[in-house]
Amino acid sequence: MLISLFITCYNDTLFPDTGKAVVNVLERLGHEVEFRSAQTCCGQMHYNSGYHADAAKLVRRFVDVFAGAEIICTPSASCVAMIRDHYPKVAAESGDPAFIEAVAALLPRVYEFSELLVDRLGVTDVGAAFAHTVTYHSSCHSLRSLGLRDQPLQLLRAVRGLDLRLLPGADECCGFGGTFSVKNPDVSTAMLADKLSAIRETGASVCAAADNSCLLQIGGGLQRAAAPVRCLHLAEILASTA
Amino acid sequence: MLRVGDAASAPPFPEAAKDSLANAQMRRNVRHATDVIRTKRATVVGEMPDWQQLREAARQIKAHVLRHLDAYLEDFERNCTNAGGTVHWARDADEANAIVTRIVQQYGGTEIIKVKTMTSDETRLNVALEQAGIVPYETDLADLIIQLGRDRPSHIVVPALHKNRHEIRQLFMEQMGISELGEEPAELANAARAFLREKFLHVPIGFSGANFLIAETGGVCVVESEGNGRMCLTLPKVLITLAGIEKVIPRLTDLEVFLQLLPRSATGERMNPYNSVWTGVTHRDGPQEFHVILLDNGRTEVLKDVEARSTLACIRCGACLNQCPVYRQTGGHAYGSIYSGPIGAILTPQLQGLQHSASLPYASSLCGACYEVCPVKINIPEILIHLRRRIVEDGQAPLAERLAMKGAALAFSGETPFTLAQATGRVMQRPFKSGELLRNLPGLLAGWTATRDLPAMPAESFRQWWSRR
Repeated sequence: MLISLFITCYNDTLFPDTGKAVVNVLERLGHEVEFRSAQTCCGQMHYNSGYHADAAKLVRRFVDVFAGAEIICTPSASCVAMIRDHYPKVAAESGDPAFIEAVAALLPRVYEFSELLVDRLGVTDVGAAFAHTVTYHSSCHSLRSLGLRDQPLQLLRAVRGLDLRLLPGADECCGFGGTFSVKNPDVSTAMLADKLSAIRETGASVCAAADNSCLLQIGGGLQRAAAPVRCLHLAEILASTA
Repeated sequence: MLRVGDAASAPPFPEAAKDSLANAQMRRNVRHATDVIRTKRATVVGEMPDWQQLREAARQIKAHVLRHLDAYLEDFERNCTNAGGTVHWARDADEANAIVTRIVQQYGGTEIIKVKTMTSDETRLNVALEQAGIVPYETDLADLIIQLGRDRPSHIVVPALHKNRHEIRQLFMEQMGISELGEEPAELANAARAFLREKFLHVPIGFSGANFLIAETGGVCVVESEGNGRMCLTLPKVLITLAGIEKVIPRLTDLEVFLQLLPRSATGERMNPYNSVWTGVTHRDGPQEFHVILLDNGRTEVLKDVEARSTLACIRCGACLNQCPVYRQTGGHAYGSIYSGPIGAILTPQLQGLQHSASLPYASSLCGACYEVCPVKINIPEILIHLRRRIVEDGQAPLAERLAMKGAALAFSGETPFTLAQATGRVMQRPFKSGELLRNLPGLLAGWTATRDLPAMPAESFRQWWSRR
């Protein structure tokens, strides 16, 4: 199957290893990956911050760039949530029937990475090996918008050598929230503190997630505290074979 | 004057939150209380097989009412009047307070006993009454604690949630002149009972809010847990009710939906211990004079905005507060309004105008926990985003943010500007780099790096790797 990768703006810039890992896993499973280099951002930051005119342009751009793609895979649940929850509204507001139709055609072809593997491709064992204790942080968008509860855990349980430790309070926000973390740094940090204690309680040496945005926050806190826990995107664990 | 408590003069949320976060005792109290209610709620909601259908039914009833509010309010007025009640209309807080004051004075009253009501906190009725020489007695245990402590409510359902029993015991001893008092809940409740019983028996004017106004009968419904409300609703000769215009529901049978959703969502009870419904006046039974004041105070403005209108569907259960990870850190006072938490963050700015509370729509990480538990399915995250949009489109967003968003929009406008922006970023981060991390960033990002590290941009982006692959 030809899978078109939407890497997302921040993964492209800050977390290229996540993208490489997605390519690695999908190719290992026998799929072909394409990367349409005209892609930039899904528009989530502008949309959630109230800059809807700017967001609408990015939505149009996304729809144009990925026109005709059979499957679009992205290693970011929150970008998928943006697409599923808000693109139809943006299109409807434009009043442009062609745009509305293009968004409707796009939506069923967009998958978050773990969702693609488990729900669409029917794979839970991707042939990975990772001999570490791992806890998994469910991002709010993955849980509440995409309804991803078990899929990432199924994938992790199938990894050889991996010791999965469930995270207490898994449905609590880590405090990132995009611009929230900058506009309300004190509250964001207080929320993070609770998340960090929960992570440390598990005794895991790795905290994984389907969203590097949360891991930016969690990793930023862990590093500042010099905690012996590192953050890895789920894809990077699944790419690992030793 | 339109007013939401004293929210117009409150400091911005991030600033107020800083103070709240520094209050360790208050944070422990809030955490403990919300944990207890959340656990109880989850249990009693979990045993309802038709919970999602109930939520959807409630959403539809409320949406229907809001589309036909004018007609249902007139139905209510006619039916309440026919049943012997008197209906008053108040455009704003001052008008409502003036009507209450006039009614109390008309009956020669100098004191009133009050059932728990948020709406009278919204209009700051107690302040207006005191200025007119009328003494209001709060009879809800939590509201009494707030009144005696000259404190502010921090939760919609549990206004004194930020206080623990040691603090309450201290307050009762000082304010009620009691020299010996234990700190068991039963002992505290007994002290309040002794203090209040005397008021119930001699104050001839009662005052309440309303959970529901029933259009087809002209009836009013109040639910409560303590029985103090029942006392105020039945013992006095005169009863005055203040209700927001959005409280109306079409039929008595609609209570079937709401009286299942409300107690489970609010306090984790299957049913409220006291559910009172009364219609006008009944000869020689209960109050013989009944007045209802229907309050607008900004509500028709909310109604105008179709995208945000469902804010008015709120039944004040407080479930969104208990679930909110922001509220659970700060408690209610940081929101600067009697309406706190996620619902407060959308209601307060809409009622009193965005310019007075522009920081509230940003007091959320948009995690969606509020929407998940809301018994009437108000999509609070969507409305928060909508209000942010209104702030941006009114030109009220801060300049630095506007510039950053413009810059980002430009960078995302195409492949070339995007790769150029990435290259520029790699150069500009150099002075702030410490190994692979960024620390002490300036401007908008200073708040981030004060407590968290940020990974530096790696030498190669994904797209660069891909193109040489």
